[in-house]
Amino acid sequence: MEPAQTMVKITFVQDDGTRQEVDAQPGLTVMEAAKTEDVPGIEAECGGACACATCHVYVEPEWREAVGPPSEMEEDMLDFAFDVREESRLSCQIRISEALDGLVVKVPSKQF
Amino acid sequence: MSDTSPLQAADDETGAPIETDALIIGAGPCGLFAVFELGLLDIRAHVVDILDKVGGQCAELYPEKPIYDIPALPVVTGQELTDRLMEQIKPFGATFHLGQQIDALSREADGRFRLSTDRGQVFITKVVVIAAGGGSFTPKRPPLEGIEAYEGTSVFYSVRRMKDFADQDVLIVGGGDSALDWTLNLQPIARSLTLLHRRDDFRGAPHSVEKMRALVASGAMRLLIGQATVLHGADGRLERVTVKTKDGEEPVVSTRMLPFFGLTMKLGPIADWGLNLEENLIPVDTEKFQTSVPGIFAIGDINSYPGKLKLILSGFHEAALMSQAAHRIVHPDKKLLFQYTTSSSSLQKKLGVR
Ligand SMILES: Cc1cc2nc3c(=O)[nH]c(=O)nc-3n(C[C@H](O)[C@H](O)[C@H](O)COP(=O)(O)OP(=O)(O)OC[C@H]3O[C@@H](n4cnc5c(N)ncnc54)[C@H](O)[C@@H]3O)c2cc1C
Ligand code: FES
Repeated sequence: MEPAQTMVKITFVQDDGTRQEVDAQPGLTVMEAAKTEDVPGIEAECGGACACATCHVYVEPEWREAVGPPSEMEEDMLDFAFDVREESRLSCQIRISEALDGLVVKVPSKQF
Repeated sequence: MSDTSPLQAADDETGAPIETDALIIGAGPCGLFAVFELGLLDIRAHVVDILDKVGGQCAELYPEKPIYDIPALPVVTGQELTDRLMEQIKPFGATFHLGQQIDALSREADGRFRLSTDRGQVFITKVVVIAAGGGSFTPKRPPLEGIEAYEGTSVFYSVRRMKDFADQDVLIVGGGDSALDWTLNLQPIARSLTLLHRRDDFRGAPHSVEKMRALVASGAMRLLIGQATVLHGADGRLERVTVKTKDGEEPVVSTRMLPFFGLTMKLGPIADWGLNLEENLIPVDTEKFQTSVPGIFAIGDINSYPGKLKLILSGFHEAALMSQAAHRIVHPDKKLLFQYTTSSSSLQKKLGVR
């Protein structure tokens, strides 16, 4: 048996307002949490290598500090995403920790 | 591409059909390794890829990222793997036709296959090896409403003829080398030129960025930081593009637009070749990796069979078995001997090590 791990709650909000709360394991990425639960709109064509920009999300304002800014490599990859905003991140580059319990991210209307 | 590359560029301007034993569609890792396995069995190959370089996904999507599951190479980057494959297949002198897409495939009366590219090159071949991965690499289309209507008339994803941009109001979108290079090349001939990028930071070569900034400073062109939101025009003729900047929305007069948002893989013409595709993949058997059409094989990411794993090492195995079956078609009268490269003098001769 694996030791019990505290799961973290992450909410994905679709463009039409639909909310989906998922239980995610710390250590995974937000993209992996989304794929495990089949969250629509997170395509992640490159499987998390920061090489496709199809896992784009908007981090809700109150969570931006906790999540932090994108790295330089991620900024470069965000150039290939559509409708990039201040709060844009690539979800495969956000590592889930207990500090992110309750995180809310928005899924863009299109991933290109 | 490394300097040691044995890349033989083809002289495709002659227009004459090229006759060959095998035509490989796709120069990704699996297509490249197929050159090796076919070569050991005396099957000469030509390779076609729509990209202007070899290596497929490894070279285009992750040249600098490490791969950890190539047998006997504990770590190798996408570009290194490509360079090593090119070195390994060098003895077989395959000819590469880059920057071209195979559009059509049909059967000749004598049983061979006829394939043609979007640039009009024709191949007549005994076997076809489809190593097309996730399909042709094609430019990403920004999801702007109605953009399709302007493509090929006002919106272009590459520059084939500079003169199409002369005396036009050109809007270039992006922050990499393509966007910067075309900004510098088209600025002198355009009526006006605007470069639009989402941030005031560019991935492109620093000296191009400097040149671009100097043009902006002298008033020869504009740099806008923001994003395109709406296209305006009629009958395929673009007139204006609404650009959202941090100061609000602004209409930018544009009769030509060049968006550079990288490449993505699209299945492309393969869908029309009667190969009974299932979910964009080509079903094959696991003995020969042959499709529903005898003589047409499919290896690598593009094929499907029970238990398929989209890994490079699977594609290498598929190339070896496919080549055995191809031998029976290309050299029907020759007996196929099973041999090791370690000990066979005839294989070593082909490899040029003896
Ligand atoms: C970020 C990332 C990381 C990866 N990491 C690994 C890993 O660690 N280990 C691993 O085993 N695999 C990994 N992969 C998967 C691996 O890259 C693929 O399995 C491999 O590239 C498939 O090779 P291929 O030769 O079948 O096709 P591809 O590499 O997809 O190449 C196919 C080529 O065919 C061309 N083409 C298609 N249709 C046509 C046409 N009609 N005319 C002309 N050209 C055409 C395309 O332009 C393309 O260049 C990774 C993939 C990505 C994106
Ligand atoms: S999954 Fe491709 S960049 Fe995140």
